[in-house]
Amino acid sequence: MKTKKGFMPALSNLLARHGSLVALLLMMAIASIIYPEFRTMRNITNVFRQMSMVGLSAVGMTFVIISGGIDLSIGSTIALSGILLAKLSGSSVLLAIVVPLLVGAVIGLVNAFIITRLRVVPFIATLAVQMAVRGVAYVITDMQSVPVSDEKGIFTFIGRGYVLGIPFPVLVFAVVAIVAAVISTRTGYGRSTFAIGGNENAARMMGIRVERSKMISFTTTSVLSALAGIILSARLGAGQPLGGQGWEMDAIAGVAIGGTLLSGGTGGIGKTVCGVLIMGFIKNIINLQGNVNSYWQNIIMGMIILAVIIIQNRGKTGGERA
Amino acid sequence: MYNSEEMLLEMKGICKRFPGVVALDKVDFFIRKGEVHVLMGENGAGKSTLIKILTGIYKLDEGEILFDGKPLNPVDALDVQRKGISTIYQEISLIPQLSVAENIFLGREFRNKGLIDWKRTRQEAKKLLDDMGMDIDVTRPVESYGTAIQQMIALARATWLKAKLVVMDEATSSMDDDEVRVLFSIIHRLKAQGISILFISHRLNEVFEIADRITILKDGVRVGEYRSGELTRLQLITKMVGHDASEILSQATVREKKRFPDYVEARNIRSGVKLNGVNLTIGRGEVVGLAGLLGSGRTELARILFGADARDEGEILIDGAPVHFRLPAQAIGKGFAFCSEDRKVEGILPNMSVRDNMLIACMGKVNRHGIVSPQRQREMVQKYIDAVRIKTPSMEQNISNLSGGNQQKVLLARWLCMKPDLLILDEPTRGIDVGAKKEIEELIREIASQGISILLISSEFEELVRNCDRLVVVREGHNVGELQGAEINEENIMRVIAQEKKREAV
Repeated sequence: MKTKKGFMPALSNLLARHGSLVALLLMMAIASIIYPEFRTMRNITNVFRQMSMVGLSAVGMTFVIISGGIDLSIGSTIALSGILLAKLSGSSVLLAIVVPLLVGAVIGLVNAFIITRLRVVPFIATLAVQMAVRGVAYVITDMQSVPVSDEKGIFTFIGRGYVLGIPFPVLVFAVVAIVAAVISTRTGYGRSTFAIGGNENAARMMGIRVERSKMISFTTTSVLSALAGIILSARLGAGQPLGGQGWEMDAIAGVAIGGTLLSGGTGGIGKTVCGVLIMGFIKNIINLQGNVNSYWQNIIMGMIILAVIIIQNRGKTGGERA
Repeated sequence: MYNSEEMLLEMKGICKRFPGVVALDKVDFFIRKGEVHVLMGENGAGKSTLIKILTGIYKLDEGEILFDGKPLNPVDALDVQRKGISTIYQEISLIPQLSVAENIFLGREFRNKGLIDWKRTRQEAKKLLDDMGMDIDVTRPVESYGTAIQQMIALARATWLKAKLVVMDEATSSMDDDEVRVLFSIIHRLKAQGISILFISHRLNEVFEIADRITILKDGVRVGEYRSGELTRLQLITKMVGHDASEILSQATVREKKRFPDYVEARNIRSGVKLNGVNLTIGRGEVVGLAGLLGSGRTELARILFGADARDEGEILIDGAPVHFRLPAQAIGKGFAFCSEDRKVEGILPNMSVRDNMLIACMGKVNRHGIVSPQRQREMVQKYIDAVRIKTPSMEQNISNLSGGNQQKVLLARWLCMKPDLLILDEPTRGIDVGAKKEIEELIREIASQGISILLISSEFEELVRNCDRLVVVREGHNVGELQGAEINEENIMRVIAQEKKREAV
């Protein structure tokens, strides 16, 4: 497996394969030393919970990006599903959960249809869907926040509950991530995303059903985003027409920081989880620092994303030429 | 041993028409079980149309196809593959980032309780490649191996898919001799298993070495089917080209040693592992050939001359004065021009017209402000279309619609409008049919006769022999010899390359 021996090659190999995990652990270790309040269970749990929603979208996005696509519609999907949950919460708990997920699936199928049948590039297709879905969210709410009625306390549990000391949203994220990781590495569909991102024509000639694979990826992303929207509304106790705005960029950033190349063909769910958590902990550390203006968060995040991508590019070409 | 008269594939009376062209006119084509069948013909002969019909990419207008005794009605490429016909294209048909093992089994991985069993997948891949006599690490990504190995991985996949017929479309065009040798030994193994190979190649030596039978197409019509031993090279070319083949093979033109005024000199060029101190001189108006096997550093040297890549060491002098190019633009400024070996990637601007492709680089040369009236543009383009004899319905034609030979001529014209002093041509006739090849070679000599120096890189020694005043032979990044005048022939080139090991002792 290893082509070279010795410490440095082994280290660069480790960094190339698990760079984001190493970065995450390193960051957590350093932050634990500097900020006593960082290493409290409560703080760590909070970060996990904050990131679990974007994390769900990012897991779906990983499949899309590995197969060479992009999905900009997820923020709107999060808003619409959250609103639908709020609107239906009074009539039936079951409907309030199932309907948003179904609508999410429909949005994903629409994305996939536009991309695979109408041959519109994913960037434009999902940008259009993003605007349209956001518009639907405005229309059905008239730009007003919709309160969630929660007689049975189920939504409070979804948003704020704990199972064995783990916040419910974190649990959902963990289960989804593990299942997705297995799908990604050990199923025909999972591998097909890599094949398509690597060389779509070759994949088609190798018998990969490219259109079907893309359909699954986009639908998965939208359904997981709907799930994120459900959790978001449940947490806030309201469905908001402006909810989830810009989350597509956070999800994409999480995927990219994790080490999945936006050009497709490489990456993984584990990397994305690390990437999303890195983002979460950076925000957290900036907040703990206290004296940093929170507007600086964005500037720092931008720098970090850029740094990560540059390092990855160097690692890639260096590895190949050596 | 398989009965070699038993038919595997019978294509009868195949007709295919495109708007305005009859691409195939009642073509018969047969392949027997366990044979290597080479399909030959110039571009436009209908080779690729026939292959595309067989592999389900085009629908046939008339005719029938029997495969293994049953009618083959190709639905699409995938369907044909499932029926036992695997195609290996010149371009990679694998997924570069995925491992060797995964590429072999992609879509049909070994499962354990529904999940992919990676351990077994790797073991089976290892076994399969061992059987083919290849010892490579199956866990590494395909992109970490060269083209030859990639082709063989594709072959491994085809055999595992139980292909009865493997179509290899110009599989060897980017391989060196050693790689071809390994590929051929694998093809012999496949033959022994009763697998038939349909092989397409422009390299005559290879064709005679590997073919059991040869079918020749010309202008959409079958010229005939021959056993390999029946034909001489000259006969084969005559049948393919149909005009004056003796001229094509006239490589024994005796040339005198000529002296050319000094022009460009490269001294002791070193770069990474590819170049270990190469020297090269080019005289004014001289055609210098750079001969060597694949990986000998020919292209690397040319790119360094042109400022496209950096060198670690060494000097480049023009008329005795050192120059330091960091960008191709600087080299172009000094009158250098470079036609890359990869037309698709570094040459043509796809989906742009012939006119734009030709003028894009030289507008600034025509006029200081780079503003040239459409009228003047058309005059220039027409002049070069005539000069290099480009066959195109109009200068507004999308370049992607031209044949490879004509695309290459457009690129030549692009550089000629720049009025270069030195034209570097890297594999100018690669993937081009015999007729167009001849024309390009004529152009090269014509250009040289106008006083433009030419550095010609070609893997086809005959081409170098026919066109060069002097040959610089390189191997593994250093000079191993020079041939001039009457010394220039294929045998000598090969002798010089083979001598390399002794040279170091001297």
